[in-house]
Amino acid sequence: MQLRVRALETVLTEKGYVDPAALDAIIEAYETKVGPHIGARVVAKAWSDPSFKRALLDDATKAVLALGLVNRVGDHLIAVENTPKLHNMIVCTLCSCYPWEVLGLPPVWYKSAPYRSRAVNDPRGVLADFGVTLPADSAIRVWDSTAETRFIVLPMRPKGTEGWSEEKLTSLVTRDSMIGTGLAKQPGEVA
Amino acid sequence: MDGVHDMGGMHGFGKVSPEKNEPVFHQDWERRLYALYRAMSYAGVWCIDQARFAREQLPPEVYLASSYYRKWELGMEKQLAELGLAGTDELTAGRALRPGESLKRKLTAAEVANTVTRGSFARPAQKPARFKPGDRVRTKNIHPKTHTRLPRYARDKVGVVEALRGCHVFPDTVAIGKGEDPQWLYTVLFDGRELWGDSAEPSLKVSIEAFEPYLEPA
Repeated sequence: MQLRVRALETVLTEKGYVDPAALDAIIEAYETKVGPHIGARVVAKAWSDPSFKRALLDDATKAVLALGLVNRVGDHLIAVENTPKLHNMIVCTLCSCYPWEVLGLPPVWYKSAPYRSRAVNDPRGVLADFGVTLPADSAIRVWDSTAETRFIVLPMRPKGTEGWSEEKLTSLVTRDSMIGTGLAKQPGEVA
Repeated sequence: MDGVHDMGGMHGFGKVSPEKNEPVFHQDWERRLYALYRAMSYAGVWCIDQARFAREQLPPEVYLASSYYRKWELGMEKQLAELGLAGTDELTAGRALRPGESLKRKLTAAEVANTVTRGSFARPAQKPARFKPGDRVRTKNIHPKTHTRLPRYARDKVGVVEALRGCHVFPDTVAIGKGEDPQWLYTVLFDGRELWGDSAEPSLKVSIEAFEPYLEPA
């Protein structure tokens, strides 16, 4: 594949369609700038600031843009809130739709057949693959990203974090907790 | 199309295998390929649904056996050839054998910061929305041989409109070059039992994002 893609890049560059410097910049952006650390800051802010949380659940595109962490947010970013009685999980059964602007590029498992096939009919089984067990009385809601709307889960704030700074709370927010295949870390799991 | 890409509810694919500390890309060619795709998208040669449709049309055995970015690469080759932008002879030769076509624009490094997020697919409405939150709807029992975003598991099922998401480019037409034909988009919520029968997890609810032409009143 290395040779095949090199040939593709050479042909497209020689034809004047692409500029290798722009390719370098795209790679750099996705490897160093865009990623789940952005989503983690959004979640920590929502845990700390009730008015931001309301704004986020009302219109996540607008609320995230106002935070100034990214210079653009795609149309219709939607934040969905986990509660003791409801657990949300995000999937794209048809391809790999994922909220790039707040989570970066999706992990391989998110794009894999096991996840895409089972999330919609066996979400508890999927959670078990991640080592997560929900209380039996928690309902499960799965969001299949079949259009250009994108979803981010607002996980539950762990107990025992009262008085924590936003910065410290960020360390509890995992990528998987924002997809709904994980929960936020417990205070004892971070130093 | 009723292809293997439409995986919701299929059995037999096994467990989900998360990788600890997964890197953004696993191979150098994945980096280059991803960037090439984004740069060519910026140049306006294809839209996201055309790229998806190209990947969906890969032979099923190729689709299932190929890594994610390998599918992207194969989809790109197919589209470049179909659009007359780069021939398979050139990819085999590893160099351009003919001059390039003139494209809408070319991505520069300076522009990248403004292009790393998704484009906008919202469009002005052409008519009032047919449904409102709370309405019961039935998804149509359609089986187009071309691109659609109505998954098989959610066809001919009764659900409730939960939210209206605005008017958006219609994937089913834009993917086959028949224009954006903007349509209202709804979040439609289904009970697990409606989708999976008695074997459904009792508390399960699943929603899809459904374009108005997929729906009729229930």
